Amino acid sequence: MVIARVVGSVVSTQKNGKLEGAKLLFAQPLDLDGQDRGAAVIAIDAVDAGVGDRVLLVLDGKAAMMALDRGLAGVDAAIVGVVDSVEIADQGLQSAGQAS
Amino acid sequence: MFLARVIGTVVATRKDPGLAGTKLLVIQPLRPDRSPAGKPLVAVDSVGAGAGEHVFYVRGREAALPFLPAEVPTDAAIVGIVDHWTPS
Repeated sequence: MVIARVVGSVVSTQKNGKLEGAKLLFAQPLDLDGQDRGAAVIAIDAVDAGVGDRVLLVLDGKAAMMALDRGLAGVDAAIVGVVDSVEIADQGLQSAGQAS
Repeated sequence: MFLARVIGTVVATRKDPGLAGTKLLVIQPLRPDRSPAGKPLVAVDSVGAGAGEHVFYVRGREAALPFLPAEVPTDAAIVGIVDHWTPS
């Protein structure tokens, strides 16, 4: 899993049957210092996250299918948690816990 | 999944039997601000997408799943047509 920020939402009427009714969000993976890491992905939302939330993002088909809970489906990314806080004790980094 | 725009089609007469009857589209991955994100690729269409449309696609092993029970040997599949998104 990676920490990501929800940066937008995606509306798609015509989609694969297994994805009917699924909520789609743009999730931007983040470094621990809150900087963008790579490009934003479109993820299934399993936890009713909203734009601006920091979330836990799985980037794996099997995990995303479990989150979607509709058996085998063409999904590879899902939001599975809303992050309350992150503490990095080892490096004394707290920036990941800040809103960015 | 990733946002992309359909920029072309591929015709291949001789291909794996699993790809018979599939529609092959050339897609350009995009960032939410519509700038290109990496290079174009070829994806199998599962939703009836066409040139110029914005779509989202799945990569890797999971790309074969939208076509079950048919076994389609692909590593990229279009799974939805995007009506709109925010921020755009």
